[in-house]
Amino acid sequence: MKGPRIIYLIFFVVFVGILCQGLYDIHPFGEPREPAMDDYFIANAQSERAANNVVTSIVFDYRGFDTLGEAAVLFTAVMSVAALFRKEE
Amino acid sequence: MINNMPMIAVGALFVIGLYGVLFKRNIIKIAIAVSVVESSTNLFLIVLGYRTGGSIPVYTLAGDFKKMVLPTPQALTLTAIVIGLATTALLLALIMLLYKHYETLDVYEIRRLRG
Amino acid sequence: MKPLSIVVRTICNIFAWFVAIFGAYVIIHGHLSPGGGFQGGAIVATFIALLLVAHGGKRFFEWVKMDIFTAFEGLGLITFVGIGFLGLSTTFLYNFLALKGGLFGSPVTIGPNAGILNSSGTIALANMAVGLEVVGGLSTIIIFMFLGMRYVMEGGKEGSEDDK
Repeated sequence: MKGPRIIYLIFFVVFVGILCQGLYDIHPFGEPREPAMDDYFIANAQSERAANNVVTSIVFDYRGFDTLGEAAVLFTAVMSVAALFRKEE
Repeated sequence: MINNMPMIAVGALFVIGLYGVLFKRNIIKIAIAVSVVESSTNLFLIVLGYRTGGSIPVYTLAGDFKKMVLPTPQALTLTAIVIGLATTALLLALIMLLYKHYETLDVYEIRRLRG
Repeated sequence: MKPLSIVVRTICNIFAWFVAIFGAYVIIHGHLSPGGGFQGGAIVATFIALLLVAHGGKRFFEWVKMDIFTAFEGLGLITFVGIGFLGLSTTFLYNFLALKGGLFGSPVTIGPNAGILNSSGTIALANMAVGLEVVGGLSTIIIFMFLGMRYVMEGGKEGSEDDK
């Protein structure tokens, strides 16, 4: 019973080692690599869209199409749960 | 290495969740471990966009600021959290119907009784 | 499920409305302080869950029917798509109400300031539409799982005879 599980555990440990090395090699914590787009959003969000909250103006105005897709995903999930629990007549 | 502590936390959460998905027998523990893996992904997105000495990216609450934290990963994390909620709700509904049909919560037993 | 004891019911009667008002505040002030449609909608869904847990199933279904939450959800999604189609003269989801001086159209002083409520254009309308949709969606999930749990545990029989 413990034969194949030992091999799975060894492969799991190798995968964990590669994951930790990959996480260490991304840029050092606190200095992002390409902040050009976000600097434009921070500098021009108040004069163009007249909103104080930069994150909300990104979610609903600069990238509003992603929010439309997410509202559709939430609607589909609720309808799926309602369809699973119907009564058989 | 003490400066990269948030990255170590992301890695540890992901590894714990992945171990729970692969090596556990109770189906509710598998569902909880899937939720832990999704939490580690959201934390990774927020940690990627941090600037040392930055303030909150809202003009009402930041007093005198020199630079702000990047706001785009926070906007993407909002969408990811809602999608994680939809996945967890469907998973729990399917577990309820599975228990009503097979009357056990062991994954090995469910795989053996086909139909 | 049976209702909980008299202490829990009294505290729920006092504090449930504060939770609802706080959720409405977070939804409406989405463009001034951290928050928005999704977060505020989750807080108002917590209000519905608190009522359901404290007062039991039989009395809860005398107050509200389930069809009202499904109507909220559909109304929210249709309003969001309608706001997108209204600005189609330039592009889909164009902000055609900002900086024009009508409804939700005042300019904002550059730099740190206190915040004006009718400032951003379609961002405030989209916040309310998405908040309505999230309230309807999460409440529908909670009520369906509650009915399904009763259906599963009693082996398929409907109705409950253990509440007062």
